[in-house]
Amino acid sequence: MIRRLTKEDRQGLTLISPTLFYTLLMLAAPLVLVVTFSFWTQNYLDIDKTLTIANYHEAWTKPIYQVLISRSLRISLLVTLVTVLTAFPIAYYISFHVKQRKALWLFLITVPFWTSYLLRVFLWKVILGFNGVLNSVLMQVGLIDEPLTFILYNANAVVLTLAHAWAPFAILPIFVALEKIDRSLLEAAEDLGDGAFRRFRRITLPLAMPGIIAATLIVFIPTVGDFITPKLVGGTDGLMIANMIQIQFGKANNAPLGAALAISSMFIVALISLGIYLIGNRFGGKVK
Amino acid sequence: MGEEMQKDIIALTDLSKFFGSYHALRGINATIREGEFFSLLGPSGCGKTTLLRMIAGFETPTSGGIAIDGKPMEGISANQRPTNMVFQSYAIFPHLNVAENVGYGLVTRKVPKAEIATEVSRALAMVDLAGYADRAAHELSGGQRQRVALARALVMRPKVVLLDEPLSALDKKLRDQMQVELRELQQSLGITFILVTHDQEEALIMSDRIAVMFEGEIAQLASPEDLYRRPASKRVASFIGVMNFLEARIKAVKGDIIRLNIPALGDIEISRSGLAPELDLDRVRSVGVRPEMLTIAFDDAETFEQTVEGEIAGTSYYGDMTYYSVQLQGQADPVTISMRNTAGRSIAKPGSKVRIGWGAESLVLFDSD
Repeated sequence: MIRRLTKEDRQGLTLISPTLFYTLLMLAAPLVLVVTFSFWTQNYLDIDKTLTIANYHEAWTKPIYQVLISRSLRISLLVTLVTVLTAFPIAYYISFHVKQRKALWLFLITVPFWTSYLLRVFLWKVILGFNGVLNSVLMQVGLIDEPLTFILYNANAVVLTLAHAWAPFAILPIFVALEKIDRSLLEAAEDLGDGAFRRFRRITLPLAMPGIIAATLIVFIPTVGDFITPKLVGGTDGLMIANMIQIQFGKANNAPLGAALAISSMFIVALISLGIYLIGNRFGGKVK
Repeated sequence: MGEEMQKDIIALTDLSKFFGSYHALRGINATIREGEFFSLLGPSGCGKTTLLRMIAGFETPTSGGIAIDGKPMEGISANQRPTNMVFQSYAIFPHLNVAENVGYGLVTRKVPKAEIATEVSRALAMVDLAGYADRAAHELSGGQRQRVALARALVMRPKVVLLDEPLSALDKKLRDQMQVELRELQQSLGITFILVTHDQEEALIMSDRIAVMFEGEIAQLASPEDLYRRPASKRVASFIGVMNFLEARIKAVKGDIIRLNIPALGDIEISRSGLAPELDLDRVRSVGVRPEMLTIAFDDAETFEQTVEGEIAGTSYYGDMTYYSVQLQGQADPVTISMRNTAGRSIAKPGSKVRIGWGAESLVLFDSD
């Protein structure tokens, strides 16, 4: 049975149609293109359009790609952990202890975005470098005799830089979840005998879980595919899968393989995200 | 009432509270007896909720002290006090089901699981929610949430249950029903209840004693009947029910007999011993008369202690009652008179002249505003 569109339906469609059109054009179409590419083969100058899963076979069996994928996941999970763990106290502080200037605090959190992402990564290079700010200060104070080298051009530097860059994206959803907690619930828990710690574990944390899950996914998903930070501060030990995908589309001139790598990592990220979402829902997420 | 509940459970001494420069409580002194239903009644902003939260341990007094069951509460936090609260919003934990909500405090007390289950179902039965244990919080109606909040407090077996406007979110029918149920439950359990409310009717129906509060002070602390019949001030009188205020002055005092002139009604003699001892006769400028203390004589044969003529200015029909607005000689504002609409009695029309019966017993004397 065909249902005729009501006035409300038409209004709704009109409202979303520009965004829908833009999304189809800029997201869905390229995605279809990438998926298609991943089943083709690159010859020297042209592309062989016979469908094949050879690219996927290479992506999933060659050690180099496995290493890069698992390193990317390891780094971005670590980044997520560090970011969410450091974002939580800040969000908690703003929500529970800042009384009058909440808006100002949220505004200050966006200050890093006033400069470009690239510039911020460069700044970390300046701070963490062999003759960088951190090493100079530590040597001057006399805490170390020679410059620390484990802080730049490796995975540590990537984690540090990404955790800083993504902090606001983790703070905001957690802050929103904490703001939504009815304060009388906390008083009720205290009234029923809970001390501060127990109350946090039984009320605050479970009710903040939707925000924590959101923060985890918001940080985890894009950082797996980040390529600027590993390229600038990661050295060779810190290279990630996105750098390889970039190389395939560029210098290596093997777009189909690059596409297969991109689709593969997308698939893995989607699976892990689903897992995070389900686990999060299980621990306190059943809030209505 | 009275005799068997002599023991005091809560003593409030010179309690004062400042929020910045705002003086929320100005020297509260009161004792609350064990097993009584005590109400804090007043308009919003009078400090009643602050006082309740202070007893619970959520606010700290600026000065003065609270003792519960003889123990000073200074430095004792809310989670250590023998009180439990029913919050205005009910504060049902949204991520827990009904049984988990009710058993919340017992888990903290490390009561064994099997015992928690027994206690929870006992408490749920007490509030007529047997069989609701597995319901999710969001599946409950307003009235059910209120019952869960009550069960969650009662299951802790507190010395005092604190109720912060627990019925204000319910519709009128349900509220009326809950007033009776709450009162019956309190009496059968014998636990002290302290209720905060702005609804004078609710306070009168439920309480053993009521403290009427205005601007951070207790204006009067008395039983519902005393509060209604012998309000200490015009302000209390007009907050509790309806009161007609009439200009009056004392013409003479002879021993126990006071001769009173009320321009709108006439002269009358009343007995000094029937009045509050602390009443300052020199300052009496007005009397109060409740609407039901005046009678419109629909039957010419009916006799009264005193009568006065009046003209009906308007009527408000309430079904069981009619409120007449009656213009008296020598009184600018009409007085309100309530009459039951008994069988066969017609509603008097505006403009008709009526005879109004009254007497010494109808009057309350005021020496201040």
